Parts: sequence; structure tokens; C-alpha cells
Amino acid sequence: MVATQETIDKVKEVSSTYKYGFVTDLEAEKAPLGLSEDIVKFISHKKKEPKWLLEWRLKAYKKWLSMEAPNWAMVDFPKINFQDIYYYSAPKTKPKLNSLDEVDPELLRTYEKLGIPIKEQEVLAGVAVDYVFDSVSVATTFREKLAKEGIIFCPISEAVQSHPDLVKKYIGSVIPISDNYYAALNSAVFTDGSFVYIPKDVKCPMELSTYFRINEQNSGQFERTLIIAEDNTYVSYLEGCTAPQRDENQLHAAVVELVAMNNAEIKYSTVQNWYPGDKDGKGGIYNFVTKRGNCLGKKSKISWTQVETGSAITWKYPSCVLKGDDSVGEFYSVAVANNAQQADTGTKMIHIGKNTKSTIISKGISAGKAQNTYRGQVQIQKNAKGSRNFTQCDSLLIGDKCGAHTVPYINQFTPHARVEHEATTSKISEDQLFYCLQRGLDTEQATSLIVNGFCKEVMKELPMEFAVEAQKLIGISLEGSVG
Amino acid sequence: MSLLEIKNAKLKLDDKDILKGLSLSVNSGEVHAIMGPNGSGKSTLSYMLAGRDGYELESGEVFLEGQSLSDMEADERARSGLFLAFQYPVELPGVGGMSFLREAVNSRRKFLGEEELDHLAFVKEARKVASKMFVKDEMLKRAVNVGFSGGEKKRFEILQMAMLKPKVSILDETDSGLDVDALKIVSDGVNAQRNDENAIVVITHYQRLLDYIVPDFVHILSDGIIIKSGGPELALEVEKNGYAGLINAA
Ligand SMILES: Nc1ncnc2c1ncn2[C@@H]1O[C@H](COP(=O)(O)OP(=O)(O)OP(=O)(O)O)[C@@H](O)[C@H]1O
Ligand SMILES: [Mg+2]
Repeated sequence: MVATQETIDKVKEVSSTYKYGFVTDLEAEKAPLGLSEDIVKFISHKKKEPKWLLEWRLKAYKKWLSMEAPNWAMVDFPKINFQDIYYYSAPKTKPKLNSLDEVDPELLRTYEKLGIPIKEQEVLAGVAVDYVFDSVSVATTFREKLAKEGIIFCPISEAVQSHPDLVKKYIGSVIPISDNYYAALNSAVFTDGSFVYIPKDVKCPMELSTYFRINEQNSGQFERTLIIAEDNTYVSYLEGCTAPQRDENQLHAAVVELVAMNNAEIKYSTVQNWYPGDKDGKGGIYNFVTKRGNCLGKKSKISWTQVETGSAITWKYPSCVLKGDDSVGEFYSVAVANNAQQADTGTKMIHIGKNTKSTIISKGISAGKAQNTYRGQVQIQKNAKGSRNFTQCDSLLIGDKCGAHTVPYINQFTPHARVEHEATTSKISEDQLFYCLQRGLDTEQATSLIVNGFCKEVMKELPMEFAVEAQKLIGISLEGSVG
Repeated sequence: MSLLEIKNAKLKLDDKDILKGLSLSVNSGEVHAIMGPNGSGKSTLSYMLAGRDGYELESGEVFLEGQSLSDMEADERARSGLFLAFQYPVELPGVGGMSFLREAVNSRRKFLGEEELDHLAFVKEARKVASKMFVKDEMLKRAVNVGFSGGEKKRFEILQMAMLKPKVSILDETDSGLDVDALKIVSDGVNAQRNDENAIVVITHYQRLLDYIVPDFVHILSDGIIIKSGGPELALEVEKNGYAGLINAA
């Protein structure tokens, strides 16, 4: 890699400043291009982080240097040049437009189909609006309500300042820096994300993040989320947004860590609709995410629900480590891949405690020339007597140029456990389509209906308001794939 | 007025001639019955009319309310008021009957320039129609045709017909698989929809159905053409003597 002159200059500038112990505030909005130890320092400094966190980041960076990008997934893309990425830029304000008339009509059409109200459309599309968007005040109201219950819900960068002990105790406790290549990278350079703490005996009174979906958009490409649920708690967290999201950053490598204590339940729902690229996959997002939850406590429960329709490449395995006796892990997934999209997604259920239970329902839909792989691991460790797993993987193919693959790994180290795996592959039949058309539905409506029928078991796990939008989204992402 | 006009329809499937110059004219207010031996082309005729892929005419033409169907896709034809009750209704796993019907009804309403029904109004209407057909609400909540018995499937077809209020309905062996009571219920459902503005074509093997749904005309389809047309008495003749005599005479 040849460093550009810009990089060399910036690095010099930055490193000379660091020598003097961070006395002056750096004016630069953006870190120079590329990744180095100095860039990691730059980010940490920009965020005014405590020393322990900087050290943690540096450790992660060193680890990352010694690692290789994984190549076992069934995805294919040109090698990423990590020196050609900006790792820090000040929170972006989108270019402002004067009215919706200036917005890409294609985007507006999609908003309309999703049923997003005009006001939200304006904000999403970056139109300069002179009214204060409701959700700002809504956000404040809800934050107060949450605070009253003792719930902490804030950007993780804020939590680093306000609750350093909690962050220090749990960050990296579920996904250690050395876990995998992208997790190490994220640990070194993460910019922001969410932090949630539910104190003992509190049931969170609302779905977290619904009301924040617009404001929370610019968390950046290296997002880091940490959710801790103490004894006897419940929390439901929603990530993402059905509205199509464009981003000039091609690589997204988020890390999400969940910790559930005794009798705690965390429900984590995702709708991922990042830009998939054009028909040939050019320009789409690479979404390489590490998500894992530790069911530490007895009878704890972690449930992942995801609807993945976006990104050029998805590489994602939300997992549960079932340590507590009687703990429960669930994974409900819909992954849609159309055109040139590639999805390699699934889960890991690691049964450690006794009588632990896991359920995996995966629905993969492939259209165009897309490749969709379910990759799942179920591990029943020696002491996990009485544990059970049920896995169901269904694939639906639309057209005959796409592919669906199921790769289950089962490691069972005790005979006193039950693991069941079912898999099916089907196609939207010509009969089904004709039947719908004969009732007056057009091809797109028909496809959407049939596909949503196929995904029903997963969709019903989504919080209501999300489910309706997600249903429409699935239809939209498959437009033009039939007929 | 002629609602459905089929003029000299010829159609091949896999290079095999199936319809060989079939003509039929159906006026508003009429009920026509089509009978004919297995494999004579009855279902093919219904698919051709409904605009199924692969069932395009080789020559000839079809008009619905005076409008040529040749450039219309299956869904446009349906929205324009053409309904086909399938001989073998298709299962749609996971697709709730209520939401399926609602999309269908609203597509038709939109076409007619009527306001679309919201969820509540629709459910009310659907329940009303369902109770007339002795279809349990519970069936509307289930996935379309999945796990329905043969008779339930046929009943659900006629329920859809009642909801969609088509101009021309083609019922392909709707009576097969029905028990005596269901036959009466379904026939009542069909009869209730007969009026001066629409028309119904029933395809059947059994004269018995025609005791309930009394046709104005009966046509005998054999080897891709209509070999004989007449009144209800023609069906009785078939019942008594079979098709052989008619075919030989043609
Ligand atoms: N795809 C196809 N290719 C070739 N021949 C076909 C095809 N589909 C149907 N046929 C033939 O066309 C003929 C007419 O079939 P059709 O289903 O229309 O008969 P039908 O009158 O409805 O019979 P039934 O009373 O048994 O329902 C049959 O001989 C059938 O085998
Ligand atoms: Mg037939």
C-alpha cells in the first residue's frame, strides 16, 4: 500500500500533537485516510476517552494486524483495501435539499410504498425542514421516562464518560477483541453505537430505539452496541430502519454484545436495508457484523430476530452462549438476496448450562443471481445435559439463476441432549402465481404475498409496527424478480 | 349484451392441438354449462380465458364486454371482472385467507374506481358473505387452501367469487368432491349471484349440479370444439347415453 501524501502529512501532524499529550484540540474533522496506531489514537482522543479504553483499542489494533480476513464464507468480493478507508469523521450533516422535489424519485417511491409519513420522508432524505422534528422532543420525553426507571439508554461514547465502570466491565466480555478479524477491527476503531443498561427487576416500558430511528442514523460504519440486562428484567431493542439507507462507506463492521443475568430477557430485532448496490452489485455495502449474547444467568433468554434485505454482502451470525442453566436462545431470520447480493448468515447456539434450549428458524429467499447461505452451529457441551435444539431452515428460490445453501454444524458432546434439524427448499410455483393473478393481484403483489407467507413464522416475532413495514420491505426488495 | 365472445379459438399445448376452433357467445344474465369427456379441453379453455402463461391463442379471438383480451395479462383480466373457480385450487402456505381476499377485493375495487375497503370494513363484509356460505370464520384465518378438504377448497372458491362480484365466472368442476349438502350450499351461493348483469359458465361432468344451477344453455365439448349446443335437456341426454352417440353424430 502506497500511502498518499495527504495521509503522510496528516499522520505527521497528528502524531506530533500526540507527543505533547493531547494538549491542543485537533481541528481536523476527519482522520486522514488509512489505518495505523496513530489513527486509533486520533479516534480515542477525539472522543476524549479514558486511558484504559485507548489501551484496549490499541491492543485490538495489534491483534488485528496479526489476523487474516476470513475466507470461509460463501461470499465473493475483491480484497478490501483497509488503507483506503476513513476511520473517523465528525458527525455528518447530510447535504440539505430544499424540498422533496429535489430527492431522487426512486427513493421517494420506496418511501411511499413503505408508508413512511411525509415529515419523516423529508428528514430521511435530508430535506432542510424548519419545524423541529417531533422525535427530538419525543426522544427527550422518553429518555426522562427511562431514567425514572433507572434505565440507561445512550450513545456508547456517552456511557464511556458517564458510566465508565459498566462499560469497562462488559465491553469485550462477550466478544473478545481477538474473536475474529472484523471484531478486532471494530474494537480498534469503533466510533459510536448504543448502550443499554436495565437495572434489576425492571421491565423496560417501551421498545428501545423505535422513536430514535431517524436521529440515530449516523452512528457510522463501525458501530458498537452493548446491552446489559440485570436479574429479572426485560428489554426489547430495535435496530435499523426499513427505509433504504445509503452510505458512502462500503464496509460496515458492527459489533453487538448482549449480557443477560438471571431470569433476564433480551429481545433484539433488526431490520437491515443497507444499499445493495446496482443490479451487478456495484457500490453496495459490505455488512460484516459480529453479534453475540451471553445468557449468563439461570433462566435467562436472548432472542435475535432479523430481517436482512439490504447490503451487497452480508456476513452475520448472531449467536447465543447459553451458560446459565435453563437459559434459552432463539434465532429468527429472514434473509433476502436479489440480483447480485450475497448473504452468508446464520447463528451459533452454544449450550453450556443444563437444560438449555435453543430454537433456530431461518428463512432464506434468493432471486436473480443471488447466493444465500445459512450457516449455523449448534454445540452441546459435555455438561449441558437435558438440552434441546430445534433448527428449521427453509429456502425459497425465485428463478433459476440463484442459489441457496444450508451448512449446519452440529457438535454434541453429551448423549443426554436432543438436536433436531429440518431443511426444505422450495420455489414459488407457476400455479401459485397464476392463482394470485387470477384474483387480480399483480405479479409484485403476488410475489410479496407468497414470500411473506413463507416468512410468516419469523415476521410474527417482530414488534408489530416493525412487522408491517418489514413485510412491505420484503416485497419491495424482490421487485422485478418474477415474470 | 354479449359479455363473453369466443371466436374460432385455436390453441396448442406442446405442439398438440387442444382447442380446434372453438366458438361460444355468452350474454349477460345467462348461465351456460359445458360438458365433455376427460381431456376434451375444458380446463384448457378456462386457462386460456383467464390468460394463463402458455395458454395464448394461436388464432381466433376472445372479447370480454366487447374488449379484446388478447393484449391483457391474467391479472388485468381478473380485475376487469373475469373469475375462474379452479378445478384444483392452489395452496398458499402462510398467506392468510383474509389478507389474500382483501388484496384481491381491493384490486378489483380500485379498477372499478371504488374506494378500497379498510381492514375493519373488509372483515365485516367477508364475515357476512362467509356465513351465507356456511364457511366458518376460522377458515378465513387459515392459510389459503392449506389443509382444506376438497369440499372446503371449492366452497372457498365460491366465497371468493361472491366477494369479487365478477362479470363472467367460469366454474371448473366446482361440484366435484362436494357432498350432497355442500353441493346445495355451493349451488345456492352461485344462484344468489345470478343477475341480469353477469354471466356464469359452469364446467361439469354431472347433470346433478344442473338440477341446482339450472343453465340456459348446455354445450358439449369434444376434442377441442363444441359439437352440440342445446337446453338443459341435453345434459339429461348425456347422463343417460354418455358422449359416444353425440360424438359419432357430430
Ligand atoms: N402442457 C400440456 N402439454 C400437452 N398436452 C397437454 C398439456 N396440458 C394439458 N394437455 C392435454 O390437453 C388435453 C385437454 O386437457 P384439459 O385439462 O383441458 O381437459 P379437461 O377437459 O379439463 O379434462 P377433465 O375432464 O379431466 O378435467 C388433455 O389431453 C391433456 O392431456
Ligand atoms: Mg379439467
